[in-house]
Amino acid sequence: MIFYVIRRILYVIPIAIGVTIVCFMLIHLAPGDPPDAVLPDNAPPEMVEEVRAAYGFDKPLPVQYAYWLSRVVTGDFGRSIMTQRSVASEVFPAVLNSLTIAAAAIVLALFVGVLFGALSGYRSGTLTDRAITFVATTGISVPHYWLAMVLIIVFAVNMRILPATGMGPGGSSGFAFNLENLRYMVLPAIALAVGPAAIIARSVRGTVSEIRKQDFIQTLYAKGLGPTRVFLHVAKNAAPTLLAIIGLQTAHLLGGSILVETVFSWPGAGFLLHSAIFSRDLPILQGAVLVLAMFFVATNLVVDVLQTFFDPRLRRG
Amino acid sequence: MTHENAPLPVESAAPLVSVENLSVTFRSPDKTVTVVNDVSFTLREGEALCLLGESGSGKTVTMRSLMRLLPPTAHYTGRIRLRGIDVLALKAGQLSGIRGSLVSMIFQEPMTALDPVFTIGQQIAETVRRHDGVSHAAARTRALDLLELVQIPSARRRLDAYPFELSGGLRQRAMIALALSCRPRILLADEPTTALDATVQIQVLLLLRSLQRELGMSTIFVTHDLGVACEVADRVAIMYAGRFVEHGAVDDVLTHAAHPYTEGLLHSTVHAERQGGRLEPIAGSPPDLAALPPGCSFEPRCVFARAACRAGMPPLSERGAGQLARCIRGSSIHEASAPVYDAEASL
Repeated sequence: MIFYVIRRILYVIPIAIGVTIVCFMLIHLAPGDPPDAVLPDNAPPEMVEEVRAAYGFDKPLPVQYAYWLSRVVTGDFGRSIMTQRSVASEVFPAVLNSLTIAAAAIVLALFVGVLFGALSGYRSGTLTDRAITFVATTGISVPHYWLAMVLIIVFAVNMRILPATGMGPGGSSGFAFNLENLRYMVLPAIALAVGPAAIIARSVRGTVSEIRKQDFIQTLYAKGLGPTRVFLHVAKNAAPTLLAIIGLQTAHLLGGSILVETVFSWPGAGFLLHSAIFSRDLPILQGAVLVLAMFFVATNLVVDVLQTFFDPRLRRG
Repeated sequence: MTHENAPLPVESAAPLVSVENLSVTFRSPDKTVTVVNDVSFTLREGEALCLLGESGSGKTVTMRSLMRLLPPTAHYTGRIRLRGIDVLALKAGQLSGIRGSLVSMIFQEPMTALDPVFTIGQQIAETVRRHDGVSHAAARTRALDLLELVQIPSARRRLDAYPFELSGGLRQRAMIALALSCRPRILLADEPTTALDATVQIQVLLLLRSLQRELGMSTIFVTHDLGVACEVADRVAIMYAGRFVEHGAVDDVLTHAAHPYTEGLLHSTVHAERQGGRLEPIAGSPPDLAALPPGCSFEPRCVFARAACRAGMPPLSERGAGQLARCIRGSSIHEASAPVYDAEASL
């Protein structure tokens, strides 16, 4: 077990290096010359050269990469072209905000998805199962930004029971987990949770009904175990699949909620990426993508290790 | 049977297992199939019965009925009593109380019948704790004793092994240990050696036979292997299309088969004294249970079939001491045929 974990952690090193290379190359793959974004169109060539030298764009690529990487590992991601503030001071609070809302959404999705998925798997073929399947399929198909707008119209504009946008009176920096601030999380969390909840419900249903058809379930009943105890066995067998989906959905929510964060003006990573793309703020883009990609790698690592905890057969791989 | 008038306590007077007119029907919206039809038998303490038949003859369903281990679409009629307990009348909680303790089961394929993500020790200890209510430590100690009982080498190490870490033979031994964990009085074995290699089959079979004798359990084996039947059983029941077609002591049935189907089974199996001879398969295939022929189910495949066979299902009739057969042929016909199977020479 411990050897598997160590080996799995070592695998992260080449993956992480690969990620940094891709992130670094972003600047050079993007159309247009980086200095163009900050300089006026009619800037004299000397000024262009000066900017290039200031940002290190005049050096050969491997040198630029090594230089960039050496700064990145110390937490220095450079400066934003638009705001001139350090990339770290822009990216980390934004990722933290995304993490907050993603965590709320995942907890909600997990609760709803597992509950209805397991119910559906236990009642497979019945009316309950078909009703849940119908709702889940609808949940997967609904565009979340549309759902976000509908939620705002219904709960904020018409019923006036929840705030429409933002993170609360204190904004991003004054956010705390008190009742007033949590009210601002409700609608975005619901909008983000619907898709993952539906996906979790569908896969839990599939996994549970598949496991319940296996021979060993008969053995458990033949041993004289009751339904609760048998469910424990079903749950442990279903856990690796569920973990894999949670991992993917969490990573997806962290970086992929651009539209929902925009609709709710939630100052998260998606929101930041969105504005960085439109202002061609490449250092921000680079920093945000790198941090999110590392989260993705870390999530996968945690999922892989936890999976072997539930299913010993995976340790051999 | 001789004490019918004497009011004795249920446990000693009644046979350990008593099945009366058991029928099992699977109902679905589009069809109803009777898989087990009017099966009756009894089993005394320590006796071993073998249910023999082709796939789909109803032998597994008959056995699983004894602990009501069939999907909810199954409907039972008749009566099943285990040590006097009316199994078909039990509530869910009472049923799980006798499963694994009074009656337990060994499954055919130990790879899929054991939970892949729990250790062997956990799976055995769980059963012990369920029925005996002992501590974790005591249950684990009992699990270790059981693994030693079924002769698993390095039992202490195997306690923490997962099913995928064991060989087929060891897995089946672990399965047997699991079935024996709460000292069942009745052991049901559903083709316990079919999934194993030939050499391992015999070891497991001999182990089962010695455990059965040592622990004095009544045992029901389901098999399609005549060799297994005569090795482990005292009595044998041949099933065809959901019914018993022949039933009796293993020596009587295998040496003086009274039903043409039993004879057919014997002729289509390899055994020592018929070496070099051609095997004679039974022509045709088992009937569709949803569309049985009007008379005897075996009539379409039977070499002795005549018009009277199509008139109706023949009853089980006595053919000598305790031997029953469901055939309209008198005993005179089969007595002319020589015994085709010598039980002693088979293994």
